[in-house]
Amino acid sequence: MRIIVRFFASQREAAGVERQEIELPDGARAADALEAAARRYPGLRAAASATALAVNRDLAPPDTKLHDGDEVALLPPVAGG
Amino acid sequence: MKQHLHVSAEPLSEPEVAAVIEAPGCGAIVTFVGRVRDRARGRAVQGIEYEAYDEMALDVLRAIAAEARAKFAIADIAIHHRTGRLAVGDASVVVAVAAEHRGAAFDACRYAIDELKKRAPIWKKEFGEGGSVWVEDRP
Repeated sequence: MRIIVRFFASQREAAGVERQEIELPDGARAADALEAAARRYPGLRAAASATALAVNRDLAPPDTKLHDGDEVALLPPVAGG
Repeated sequence: MKQHLHVSAEPLSEPEVAAVIEAPGCGAIVTFVGRVRDRARGRAVQGIEYEAYDEMALDVLRAIAAEARAKFAIADIAIHHRTGRLAVGDASVVVAVAAEHRGAAFDACRYAIDELKKRAPIWKKEFGEGGSVWVEDRP
């Protein structure tokens, strides 16, 4: 399935891109998208444990099942306001 | 007329955000303005860059506004956050609440900014003497 991964802030800088389309096997979970991103952009590895995940704009646990066309956002610790 | 919930690079004006809310019959309008400080964690700050996951940030603000309406006896609420490069003294966020009475207005305003800081997918990069750093707030 095709997934769009979105990067922000420190991770956008580490990856060098704002978004990346990736291919994942059927049955893949949100954590697999993070893992695929970290393999492609090793600079993300260090921050992986502090990264929250959102699937289609909702916070999602790592074992959330993904579907073709889903958007998975990697979220560093937030600091708005 | 501006939206109640707004995340954009436009400069913020507290009176403009307060003007968004409908307040007939309301005896209390409470506004909160968050501004860029010139110091943070012992370092001098020259400016801040805010970045947002725009679509999700609006969803989160929408949820926070709905929760504030459900929890507190308020008539209206507006939340605006600015993104992009801000100078010291610039407003980064404005929350405006209208209620019949001040207790609910203060409580809802506090709730909204506290929840925004915990949940909104927004990040800030501080620029100082030694360079810049993405701030990772810990609760």
